[in-house]
Amino acid sequence: MLCDICKQNVATVHLTQMVEGKTKKVDLCETCSKAKGVDDPTGFSLADLLLGLGAAQDMEQAAGGAEVKCPHCGFTQADFKKAGRLGCAECYQVFSEGLEGLLKTMHKGTKHMGKFPALLKESRDLSDKLKHLQKKLDKAISDEDFETAAQLRDELKNVRTRISELAPAK
Amino acid sequence: MNIQEFISSAAESSKRSGPHDRIVLSSRVRLARNLRSLPFPGWAKKPDRVKALETIRPAVESLPQMKQAYSESMDNLTALDKQILVERHLISREHAAKNAGSGLVLNKEESLCVMINEEDHLRMQALRPGLQLKEAWQAIDQVDSALEKKLDYAFSLQLGYLTACPTNLGTGIRVSAMLHLPALVLREQINQIVQAVNKLGLAVRGLYGEGTEALGNVFQVSNQMTLGEVETDIVERLNKVLAQLIEHEENARASLTEKKSKVLFNHIGRAYGILANAHSISSKETMNLLSLMRLGVDLGLFPGTERSVVDELFISTQPAHLQKSFSEKLSAEERDLLRSDMLRERLKTVSRPDTTHVAAATGEKLDKENEE
Repeated sequence: MLCDICKQNVATVHLTQMVEGKTKKVDLCETCSKAKGVDDPTGFSLADLLLGLGAAQDMEQAAGGAEVKCPHCGFTQADFKKAGRLGCAECYQVFSEGLEGLLKTMHKGTKHMGKFPALLKESRDLSDKLKHLQKKLDKAISDEDFETAAQLRDELKNVRTRISELAPAK
Repeated sequence: MNIQEFISSAAESSKRSGPHDRIVLSSRVRLARNLRSLPFPGWAKKPDRVKALETIRPAVESLPQMKQAYSESMDNLTALDKQILVERHLISREHAAKNAGSGLVLNKEESLCVMINEEDHLRMQALRPGLQLKEAWQAIDQVDSALEKKLDYAFSLQLGYLTACPTNLGTGIRVSAMLHLPALVLREQINQIVQAVNKLGLAVRGLYGEGTEALGNVFQVSNQMTLGEVETDIVERLNKVLAQLIEHEENARASLTEKKSKVLFNHIGRAYGILANAHSISSKETMNLLSLMRLGVDLGLFPGTERSVVDELFISTQPAHLQKSFSEKLSAEERDLLRSDMLRERLKTVSRPDTTHVAAATGEKLDKENEE
């Protein structure tokens, strides 16, 4: 068995770690394990190590062997393998397929649950509201409840105005 | 103004106090953010890095929180300035290696520090003494909300804030605390604890973060996962783990004083002996021995000596802090001599450990042990 990092020496260090209930394994040669600080229990974390290994392979597979290059910044999957970092915001779109597996092992989920920039949050909430109101309006019309329909139409108009106010800001 | 004049003295800085600071030295929350239109700093060519700096720096400087801030481009700082900032934990070692195109904005209270063009365009951090993660999160959340009005962040609905490294994706948050855990180390329980904390998806690192040794029995605990979870949940999870770590360390201290007081007093007495009498001492040995002395202060072995005396020495004996009081460049050997001079001088007024108070509680038991 060859080392996962250098792919040259025989792997003599075999690591298993539970990350969020999932078992992760890595096989390393002695030189690479020292370089990664595996023998230092305080500084070592398997998640850091796994980064860059699996993902680069996934990217290659996703590309079907062809070299994928970010049109915005010129970053390639080979660069990712080397640096473990991406080139620009656009790269996340370009390499999305290859990154998915990595993100799954690394994080709690693959969907952002935290903070949104306020403007974006408002426009997202508004578009949700828009859909919701539209549905209610359709129902009111089919029920021939025209009084409610008129009310909903006014509300919809307000939401649309607010959305168009927000749009040019960013 | 020079950064060395701007930051507080080691003495002032070590007098800051916060909840649980007997064990939790400091709390920190940092957020990673990037501009949408420019490549990440590690991949960007110099003109783009300069552009990012020129966009971000004025935006940060204009914040009300940064009214009397220190703001500088990294190439205007000397190697010594940067090393001092690292020793104060205000910037990362990675940022200290940066030059033109990177910058630093630090507020007067040293509670907010923004690194520009580190690994990401923006690394903003809020720092608090003791255990105050929630407060730190609220402070940095406010800074972030103010900045998003001025800067166009790279953000995706699915992946959240986009960062150079996928490990920071989503919230871009790193919540961390620095802990002093000498008793868990002395009782050899620390590896077990580190493993348990790792299993919870949290990282335990040394004094200066990633890939560093736990000098002076100081450990950094932080979250690893940043995507798929709300910021406040991450803060809360860390708070719970820290509360447990504090309890374990306190228990370990209690059990050492009760059952292994001779071993404990021996360690602390020897630490004091060397620190107060050495004529050459390395930075590493100093930190490890000061850690034991700090434990001694906590346990009441040095009546009349404040913990801040030890904490001040912890800062002022580090290489860059030592170097800054001398104009000519010192070699490591010269520093070891000067460090020991400083320690002997400062510890002149600290009398040797007095175990009678602590021993009184356990004395009876010791007598019994001796009779048997």
